[in-house]
Amino acid sequence: MADVLVVGELKNGELKKISKELTSAARKIADAIGGKVHTLIITDNVDAFAGDLKAVGADAVIGANLGDFSPEGYANGIFAVIQEKKPAVVLMPHSAQGKEYSARVAIKANAGIVADAVALSVDGGKVVAKKPIYSGKAYANFKVSSDIQMFTVRANSQEVTPKDGAGAVEKSGASAGEVRTKSLSKDLSGGNKVQLADASIIVSGGRGIKGPENWPIIQDLADTLGAALGASRATVDAGWISHSHQVGQTGKTVSPNCYIACGISGAIQHLAGMGSSKYIVAINKDGDAPIFKVATYGVVADLFEVVPALTSEFKKVLG
Amino acid sequence: MKIVVLVKQVPDTETNIKVGDKSINEAGVKWIISPYDEFAIEEGIRIREKSGGEVIAVSLGPDRVVEALRTAYAMGVDRAVHVKVDDYVTFDSTYTSELLANFIKAENADVVIGGRQSIDTDSSQVVVQIAERLNVPHVAMALKLEFDGNKVTATREIEGGTEVVETSAPLAVTAQKGLNEPRYPSLKGIMSAKKKPVDVKKPDELGATGSKLEVVSLEPPPPRIAGRKLEAADAQGFASQLVKALREEAKVI
Ligand SMILES: Cc1cc2nc3c(=O)[nH]c(=O)nc-3n(C[C@H](O)[C@H](O)[C@H](O)COP(=O)(O)OP(=O)(O)OC[C@H]3O[C@@H](n4cnc5c(N)ncnc54)[C@H](O)[C@@H]3O)c2cc1C
Repeated sequence: MADVLVVGELKNGELKKISKELTSAARKIADAIGGKVHTLIITDNVDAFAGDLKAVGADAVIGANLGDFSPEGYANGIFAVIQEKKPAVVLMPHSAQGKEYSARVAIKANAGIVADAVALSVDGGKVVAKKPIYSGKAYANFKVSSDIQMFTVRANSQEVTPKDGAGAVEKSGASAGEVRTKSLSKDLSGGNKVQLADASIIVSGGRGIKGPENWPIIQDLADTLGAALGASRATVDAGWISHSHQVGQTGKTVSPNCYIACGISGAIQHLAGMGSSKYIVAINKDGDAPIFKVATYGVVADLFEVVPALTSEFKKVLG
Repeated sequence: MKIVVLVKQVPDTETNIKVGDKSINEAGVKWIISPYDEFAIEEGIRIREKSGGEVIAVSLGPDRVVEALRTAYAMGVDRAVHVKVDDYVTFDSTYTSELLANFIKAENADVVIGGRQSIDTDSSQVVVQIAERLNVPHVAMALKLEFDGNKVTATREIEGGTEVVETSAPLAVTAQKGLNEPRYPSLKGIMSAKKKPVDVKKPDELGATGSKLEVVSLEPPPPRIAGRKLEAADAQGFASQLVKALREEAKVI
């Protein structure tokens, strides 16, 4: 059998878009290598998600109740499902959680792994994964030579295509097993309303916003678009905003459909984090700023005038 | 406490990358320690300063990586080990983690610290893979580490915030920005680092089973959708053009 197993992800009890993206990608791979698509969701309420996943090609939707997130517990549970289903290919999200459990799962399954893939295709029965390397200055194509081929995949990199799968619902008996790291407390107060990592729109501010008192100008646009709020390192280093918002080489890597950079010069380290965004809008006073080299739409103007105008224009059309 | 810090040498971000068939053309590349590994080195030294013991810096790669180990010496590590792999595929995390884990196992280390990711491959795999191979717990994206004997309390970054976790050594840690401020090597440190010994280990001594990855090809980045600068008389004009472009042309909003 040449089945594909997808590990999906939930957020506050709802299916994250990456779960559908990966199921859709898995469907294409499974059709090419002749197998089924199993999508695993870590929940005790799998029935709630079966319809959505079936509609993008899942033949089986598996629920495993592994309790609260722990990288070890998830890895143990996911590995148990792998042993049962014996997939040829495993796709996992390159999310904060996915990065952690995927590393353990790969070792448990004695599999090679390509992390942070942005494109997947099939050649000679094997998956070819493409990923950006060297801060996006090159791309590489890899095949995994072990029996099980594993990949973590960047959010927003895969199309969601409707396609009916069998959509059978299964409840797995897999358990979290021994977990040696105990969570004592969580503080989610510094977090973004919309998470950068999987946001499909990001509005980012740079040193051009002049001071922390001006974030509301950027935040208003983000809120209007349902976008996540990003920041350049210059603003983080200046103490205007927490590091959790930083986009770039020493911040987060993002791949939204649309990245709106306000008052950001576009230093190479910033581009390293957002250069693979599908559409890039740059709003900058300086027409020679390097950000314009990657911008799909460039606006050479004062952000303090353009951003509020943009917010009110969007408010009009989005209602 | 015996602490192993993982030091990867990577091209400086500003370096121009020339793509070859299956690897990059290294001529003219400026090499640095991957920035997150600097936090790892610093943290290793700080743990030793508090709890005593020894810090071993390990770098895997061809001969040039000895430079990175000299920098680690200059910062204050006690020993440096070069896992010498000449035809090394820098993307192959399971091979890397196998070699390193086998070395660390032989050393019986209490703590392994690496960066949260290396800035050439951005895979975030090696350190947690090592934890799995050594059958020990791990703390990823650490912002704060405290040891009380073998008990470890750590603050780490999670999506949308931070988490405090408790675990115990032996363990593996990945360093996130914020864990510490890496020290600059002193001039004295740099001078004495030149004379310090670097142990060499070969893959066959470490008994790794080999690569599980095939590099099919490298290519330049895909061309971007052609960009254009919008023309307008005023802010309102820019705003309405941009809304139109994003909704009707790009169809992203
Ligand atoms: C090891 C290392 C890692 C790094 N990692 C990161 C990283 O992860 N992320 C990151 O972002 N940077 C990173 N940097 C820093 C990076 O090199 C730049 O310094 C930083 O990105 C600059 O931020 P900026 O664009 O906000 O500021 P600046 O470069 O100061 O640019 C501000 C821009 O705002 C424009 N502007 C000013 N006023 C207005 C106005 N009223 N309207 C419109 N435009 C205006 C200016 O024309 C200018 O282009 C890193 C650097 C190093 C050395």
